[in-house]
Amino acid sequence: MFRDIIIGRYIPGASALHRIDPTVKIVFTILYVAALFMIDNPVSYLIFTAYTAALVIMSNVPIRVILKGIRPMLWIFIFTAVLNVFMTPGEALWSLPIFSFTLKITKEGAAAGAEITIRLLYLLIGTSLLTLTTSPLQLTDGLEKLLSPLGKIKVPSQEIAMMMTIAIRFIPTLAEETDKIMKAQTARGADFETGNIIKRAKAMVPLLVPLFVSAFRRADDLATAMEARCYTGGTKRTRMKESRFTRLDAAACVIFTVACVLLFAAEYLIQI
Amino acid sequence: MIKTEDLCYTYGVGTPFERHALQNVNLEIPDGALTAIIGHTGSGKSTLIQHFNALIKPTSGRVLIDGADINASGAELKRARRAVGLVFQYPEHQLFEETVYRDIAFGPRNMGLNDEEIDSRVRNAAHLVGLGEKYLERSPFELSGGEKRRAAIAGVLAMEPKALILDEPTAGLDPKGRDDILSIIKKLHEENRDMIILFVSHSMEDVAKTAENVIVMNEGRVEFEGTVETVFSNAERLRKIGLDAPQMTLLADAMRGAGFALPDNIYTVEGAADAIARIFGGGGDV
Repeated sequence: MFRDIIIGRYIPGASALHRIDPTVKIVFTILYVAALFMIDNPVSYLIFTAYTAALVIMSNVPIRVILKGIRPMLWIFIFTAVLNVFMTPGEALWSLPIFSFTLKITKEGAAAGAEITIRLLYLLIGTSLLTLTTSPLQLTDGLEKLLSPLGKIKVPSQEIAMMMTIAIRFIPTLAEETDKIMKAQTARGADFETGNIIKRAKAMVPLLVPLFVSAFRRADDLATAMEARCYTGGTKRTRMKESRFTRLDAAACVIFTVACVLLFAAEYLIQI
Repeated sequence: MIKTEDLCYTYGVGTPFERHALQNVNLEIPDGALTAIIGHTGSGKSTLIQHFNALIKPTSGRVLIDGADINASGAELKRARRAVGLVFQYPEHQLFEETVYRDIAFGPRNMGLNDEEIDSRVRNAAHLVGLGEKYLERSPFELSGGEKRRAAIAGVLAMEPKALILDEPTAGLDPKGRDDILSIIKKLHEENRDMIILFVSHSMEDVAKTAENVIVMNEGRVEFEGTVETVFSNAERLRKIGLDAPQMTLLADAMRGAGFALPDNIYTVEGAADAIARIFGGGGDV
């Protein structure tokens, strides 16, 4: 199940989307999400769909991977859609009286349900595309650059970036460790899959205690290793590979701006 | 008896990371065997042993324990897991209870045994691995590395499996811890004549000293198998797949090459000392 989740996963590649500067990508992703929640008109949604589809195609990420990534989120989609469909007041399309209250689907509700589902779907795809095409290291590099102006007001952007790098670096390690401990305890007859909630929560103890112990041990080892290499916080670091603003980045900016202009035009000039 | 029939396992079927970890593995391990599995990193040793108690399901092929397919529909997984005790690499990393006693009791308790039975099993298992009474009420986290590992092995032994499988039981231990574990394995083998004991090892010395039979894995296949003698007399074939014969076998080979008439069944320090002493007319005390 965990294997299908695509948020935070990186698929190595050499597509245009992979090569765009991470800082540019992060900024565009934020703007992408902002735009997604500002549009409100069918034509805008069409343009947005075309833009998203273009990004997916450009990323070279197999469509199967993205579809698989949507599956674990399906219940959240259905849940929010159902809530919106039934809870929005308005003109009733269909109604069913149950005792004292009436279950009804309103026209506004159906529209809101469809809209929220589309928004969540694109939110998932858009943000996943960022991590699918940007290695964790590049991602933190980009964040560090974005945060660096805050250094003037004493925000330790390099340390924050280092912490994020370490956290991201250890996700697969801890996932592997979890898998290993789970197997070891299963071999001793532990049962993680059946029973009621209380029983299952109790079954987590033999998994969580060793996991925490090993996480602390790893943290300790890593701290020692970093100190042995003279790491101290607060120093100005230069980097080996300076990222430069390339023609590709410029092209990305142009394409994104065009998409934004189109959306803006659709939103304010076309009235349906 | 543990038997595999055309066992194949593929990681990540249908993804770019697809990899054949096991290909057509046919093995028969009789009751009472003390067998070592050797092979290069990534040769499929760990994947193979996880099949023996159904932690991994084969992509194709079957795993039979005493003639019953452990993955057949309707087969009880728990039965297979009780019959085959699996001790993972660095088993001390799975300790979690407040006391050694309770940690060893985890397995038996999951089997639904009564307190009396659990108590006798825990004490028996602790005794088998050489942890005396005074250890039982201590926290597993304050034990030494070797003691922790023995406590973890006791946790599996307390389930009284018919087969005990250990994945690199001596990895990362000091020489004394290593000898302790190997002598526990030998003792278990001598005291439980029906028990299958299988261990994965990277150390040819450990294998030569402890095992009776050897299975050599290479790139997901069984390269060859046989007694310790037959396997280690094939030093050339072992070297081809990146393994080596024990140091003492190599020493004996080199001495034979230099004109000393040494026999070709030397695998351990004791054996080498004996044979060399015999040449020089000594008694062979080590």
